[in-house]
Amino acid sequence: MTSAAQPPRREVVTGVPRGTRRRPGHAPARPETDEQTPAGAVHVRSLMRSQLRAALYALGTLVLLVGTLPLLFVLPAAVLGSFSPSAPFVWAVLGAGVYPLMWLTARRYVRRAERNEEDFTGLVEGR
Amino acid sequence: MNQTYAVAAVACVVLATVLIGALGLRISRTTSDFYVASRTVNPGLNAAAISGEYLSAASFLGIAGLVLLQGPDMLWYPVGYTAGYLVLLVLVAAPLRRSGAYTLSDFAEARLESPAVRRLASLFVVGVGWLYLLPQLQGAGLTLEILTGAPDWFGGVLVAVVVTGAVAAGGMRSITFVQAFQYWLKLTALLVPALFLLAAWAGDDAPRARFDAPAVLRQHTEVRVDDTVRIDLDAPLSVAVAGTVDGIRHEGRQTTLEEGTHRVESGTTLTFPPGADIPERASTGADPAGWSQPLAGGGDGYQLYATYGLILATFLGTMGLPHVAVRFYTSPNGRAARRTTLVVLGLIGAFYLLPPVYGALGRIYAPELALTGDADAAVLVLPERMVGGLTGDLLGALLAGGAFAAFLSTASGLTISVAGVLTQDVLPSRGVRHFRLATVLAMAVPLAVSLVAADVPVADAVGLAFAVSASSFCPLLVLGIWWRRLTPPGAAAGLVTGGGTALTAVMATRAGLAPEGWPHTLMAWPAVWSVPLGFLTMILVSLVTPRHTPPGAAAILTRLHLPEDLAARPPCEGARR
Repeated sequence: MTSAAQPPRREVVTGVPRGTRRRPGHAPARPETDEQTPAGAVHVRSLMRSQLRAALYALGTLVLLVGTLPLLFVLPAAVLGSFSPSAPFVWAVLGAGVYPLMWLTARRYVRRAERNEEDFTGLVEGR
Repeated sequence: MNQTYAVAAVACVVLATVLIGALGLRISRTTSDFYVASRTVNPGLNAAAISGEYLSAASFLGIAGLVLLQGPDMLWYPVGYTAGYLVLLVLVAAPLRRSGAYTLSDFAEARLESPAVRRLASLFVVGVGWLYLLPQLQGAGLTLEILTGAPDWFGGVLVAVVVTGAVAAGGMRSITFVQAFQYWLKLTALLVPALFLLAAWAGDDAPRARFDAPAVLRQHTEVRVDDTVRIDLDAPLSVAVAGTVDGIRHEGRQTTLEEGTHRVESGTTLTFPPGADIPERASTGADPAGWSQPLAGGGDGYQLYATYGLILATFLGTMGLPHVAVRFYTSPNGRAARRTTLVVLGLIGAFYLLPPVYGALGRIYAPELALTGDADAAVLVLPERMVGGLTGDLLGALLAGGAFAAFLSTASGLTISVAGVLTQDVLPSRGVRHFRLATVLAMAVPLAVSLVAADVPVADAVGLAFAVSASSFCPLLVLGIWWRRLTPPGAAAGLVTGGGTALTAVMATRAGLAPEGWPHTLMAWPAVWSVPLGFLTMILVSLVTPRHTPPGAAAILTRLHLPEDLAARPPCEGARR
């Protein structure tokens, strides 16, 4: 490093100062994705819908696999009277089993969301 | 516990935090460096930093303590903390990054174009951040007291000073390195001792932990009660008492306590013979030594409701925690934000496999902690108890260091986000000096409260922060990202109604205003009704104020959902180099 090089000034960055922020509302100008044009609006809405579907699918999986567990643990006792789920089962499910399930759900969602975006890019660029 | 090793370990963690923070400071010198570097941060490093920040002492120490006390039902806490990231990933991760918001108030303003909603959101960010900082500082005090015998205010002050110094000096950038380091430190600090403990447990013929019956002492045990407790006995108990029980002085003689409730004064030492059942601590509602509220409380219906209250609060509350939202700003784009979140999910999932091991072993080898109320210390005392000798001391020191890393990392993340909001929305002008001032302010308030209100049971403020966040920021983020008809009046009404009622309900419960039975349970676990309330208010008020729909809503939603390469490209690319 040469001695002539001035060390750059040190700054702490905490975000874009509010005054200088660009006013929203004019970001995308491509006709295919511009909400102002009818075609653009249809495109963006279809992307949002497919992304929302992917998200709801993942959430549904979470509710079904994890959200129903408290009921599953209580149900046998309520129906059969005295029986309660064996402790090792609760330990195995809550202590270890749910984590890989949640991770796989997440990975599936990420792939699906990225595919949606690629499809959309292809649709827009392909004309 | 060998204090020298523990003090050395805590000192090492503090020193490493300062050193790595300084290193990060050298690497990032300019504004542009900050931005460019944030685009070249490898997702692994970024994800480790996010996880390091997220895994607070409530995870490192608290879960094991809860499991020791209450059994496997308490595993819903780590499951909820993890699932919260899954919900965050699928509903808000990529759009939140694409909004370019640094704080939740930035998001509110960008989406709704309303300074009023921005100020309201800032209020909630600071409130939730302080609620979450409080138990970090108090917990640090308790932990250091257990480890070294230091006065209970010292740990909180130490954490406050180190964090304020690191944040004020380096800002966000250097903290990223510190937090990534602290994730791996925390994982190692739990994993290595766990392997030794499991080996010791196997060598001891692998006794089973019993949760459906009182824990049984394995050896002759002396228990010193530091804080006055009430105990419930199902059967007469034969025990040597030195101190005061039920107002009667005992001088270490063998005494039989009849069944029923007894009051053991502070400073009393109880000596149990081997094989004795450890008496249950009578629930007094507020347990200042716990991190989070236990779920139990009466019949099955209560328990089921409380479990769902916990599930809703943690699943939906994670996305609104100030220090979590801030982190998405460091991802280069929406797609990377998703992938980073996926790695985070793996990292915190791996971490949460370990605390239950300590909880179960603690139930077998250190059950008397359930009586003294120091269940959080289970993680720290097990190595000495089970392994012993120099190895036990060293493992205990490693755990002490990890616990302290947990306090430091979460506290610094929270301080940064609260200070960021204070700089932008509260202090008059901006600049580095004001960010530093805001950092001091962000830490000073919760520190002062934790020192003044040392005896007030604020420890379950963690659960409270999740419930408030789930009822206020979750509707704001989800509707803001997926519903184009959200209006500023709707958002403001939803924030106040959802977050406000959740806060009021929990505070009223803590103050003892809730009648016993269902009202108490409903108010102690508000998320089940306050989250739908927040959503409904936001939707209904938005529907009756359609004229207030921000003019740029459609364009903003496009930006939130479109991949960056499409949205950011200028219309005439050919004109550019």
